[in-house]
Amino acid sequence: MIDERVDKSKRQFLTTALTVVGAVGSGYLAVPFLSQMQPSVKAMAAGAPVEVDISKIEEGQLIRVAWRGKPVWILQRSPEVLKTLSTLDGELRDPQSMESSQPDLSKNASRSLKPEIFVAVGLCTHLGCSPTFRPEVAPHDLGENWKGGFFCPCHGSWFDLAGRVYKGVPAPTNLEVPPYRYVNDTQIIIGETEGKSA
Amino acid sequence: MNIKPSRLRLCGNWVLERFPLAKVWNEHMAHYYAPKNFNFWYFFGSLALLVLVNQFVTGILLTMNYKPDAKLAFDSVEYIMRDVNWGWLVRYMHSTGASAFFIVIYLHMFRGLLYGSFKQPRELIWIFGMLLFVALMAEAFMGYLLPWGQMSYWGAQVIISLFSAIPVIGDELSLWVRGDYVVSDATLNRFFAFHVIAVPLVLVLLVFMHIVALHEVGSNNPDGVDIKKSKDPWGHPVDGIPFHPYYTVKDVVGVAVFLLFFATVIFYMPEMGGYFLEAANFIPADPMKTPEHIAPVWYFTPFYSILRAIPDKFAGVIGMGGAIVVLFLLPWLDRGKVKSIRYRGGIYKKALLLFVISFLALGYLGTQPVTPLATTMARIFTAIYFGFFLLMPIYTRWEKFKPVPNHITLDPTLEERIPALIALWNEVTEIRSIDTDKGVVMKRRFNATGTKHVFIRFAKYLKESLD
Repeated sequence: MIDERVDKSKRQFLTTALTVVGAVGSGYLAVPFLSQMQPSVKAMAAGAPVEVDISKIEEGQLIRVAWRGKPVWILQRSPEVLKTLSTLDGELRDPQSMESSQPDLSKNASRSLKPEIFVAVGLCTHLGCSPTFRPEVAPHDLGENWKGGFFCPCHGSWFDLAGRVYKGVPAPTNLEVPPYRYVNDTQIIIGETEGKSA
Repeated sequence: MNIKPSRLRLCGNWVLERFPLAKVWNEHMAHYYAPKNFNFWYFFGSLALLVLVNQFVTGILLTMNYKPDAKLAFDSVEYIMRDVNWGWLVRYMHSTGASAFFIVIYLHMFRGLLYGSFKQPRELIWIFGMLLFVALMAEAFMGYLLPWGQMSYWGAQVIISLFSAIPVIGDELSLWVRGDYVVSDATLNRFFAFHVIAVPLVLVLLVFMHIVALHEVGSNNPDGVDIKKSKDPWGHPVDGIPFHPYYTVKDVVGVAVFLLFFATVIFYMPEMGGYFLEAANFIPADPMKTPEHIAPVWYFTPFYSILRAIPDKFAGVIGMGGAIVVLFLLPWLDRGKVKSIRYRGGIYKKALLLFVISFLALGYLGTQPVTPLATTMARIFTAIYFGFFLLMPIYTRWEKFKPVPNHITLDPTLEERIPALIALWNEVTEIRSIDTDKGVVMKRRFNATGTKHVFIRFAKYLKESLD
């Protein structure tokens, strides 16, 4: 009976106001807490370009260099390989690299600046394993349809020697091509494109 | 005569007047009534608690010598293994404990499926248990990065990349989880923090809630009968016995048997043929090269198989996550009116059998390299796995239940089984007269036809018990 004469609206207002202020305060506090898990300034600064001498790479040979902590492949492709690449379009998910990640200058049939030198980030676009380099044609473990390429041992994705993904495998897009440019015929810099650095 | 209470008793009383120790003990142990027909399957709850304690104690000891630094981590684990007094034992207890935890938890969860322990009114116990399972998987996954071997590194790379499959925010999210563009020192350091502080706190809290919820509604039992329905004049369930001393003593037997197996693994096969500690993890992490064959530790392989079976990145991640989400929904998917498998219809028994087969098969396939045949098999078993759960609302409606008794039934004791065992022994053997150089003697020999009969009878029994 006494309750009815108590004005609860002020109490309710204070409770709501306190809750809102508390929630906003917690929200503000969450920003530094969550943000400190982002890459630090040091981690972001560690992505300096890498210069590579490609004069020693033989035909069919692949070398690996580290750029931003990731493996980057540099592969010297033979004319036969380049000829095979042009016949594969029907079996690939994204043969024209429309949905894949590469600098504009590498968005072409061979996915490279010079067709014989292929540069790519050696991490599968599925879940980030480093695929194995399998240039041989029709090895017994991969079957007769294998035309040479990169095979991801983790989840069985197939890529051709231009890093283009086959249909019916888990990886969604072609291997990433990093920005790179030629200093001269035997030197490339990974992490920079013509004119500007990435 | 007035006996003066001892000093000890006085001290005890002093505490009890200030802290409800006796009350808590009585409520949860001495006066907590549990059904008296608990069987083998009821060991695994207390064993999970034992393994949790093992992980805490050995884990704290390991942090005293481990260095969460990408340059030092691998060597510090080898240092623990070689130069720290008993370091090898503590490390193997921790690594074997991780696998033992999952064995115990999987059996504990299977018990729930057998006897309907997830059903009304125990849905929340099941939910807390599933949250525990998820927290445990996070704990195990982050702990596996710490030795900084090849498997640690690439396993973390793959699992963190799962987040990047989420549309729109995926890439930012995986960057935030890693704290770097690749798995690196920053990732290792934060996983260490989560593994030793954050997730263990969550685990303890969830265990507490799991047990509080259990003690509120009381334990289920192999008959699925509610023991609170019939009480004696003192208000105790007729079919119940106090948890202490009856089940504490029973659990001690379980602990002894468990420790026998646990110690055997620790001392004679700590790597368990590459299943508990994988060979590739004895090579330091190399960000340039993925091992030829990578597979997660065995307890993740069923879910990993589902991920691999689906030929689409986002759908694969959804499938893998969905395999765990459906477990949460179990109490509402199952429309069967009866709890225990003893009184459920054949359709549920067969479905459960298929589910167990598919879970084990997915687990095996997850440890094997990808081949076209293995992928096809994994797809079939993935369909069965999801079929078990998603078709459950339909097939559990068709179930023909057997009548559930009002009281729990008791299994025959070993003593009561002895005559039947002797009869069985007589059936699979026979007394034959055998010529030896000392003359004809009677000897007990194996009886092929008798054994055949026993097997046929057993097969028939199995078939009938599935109806």
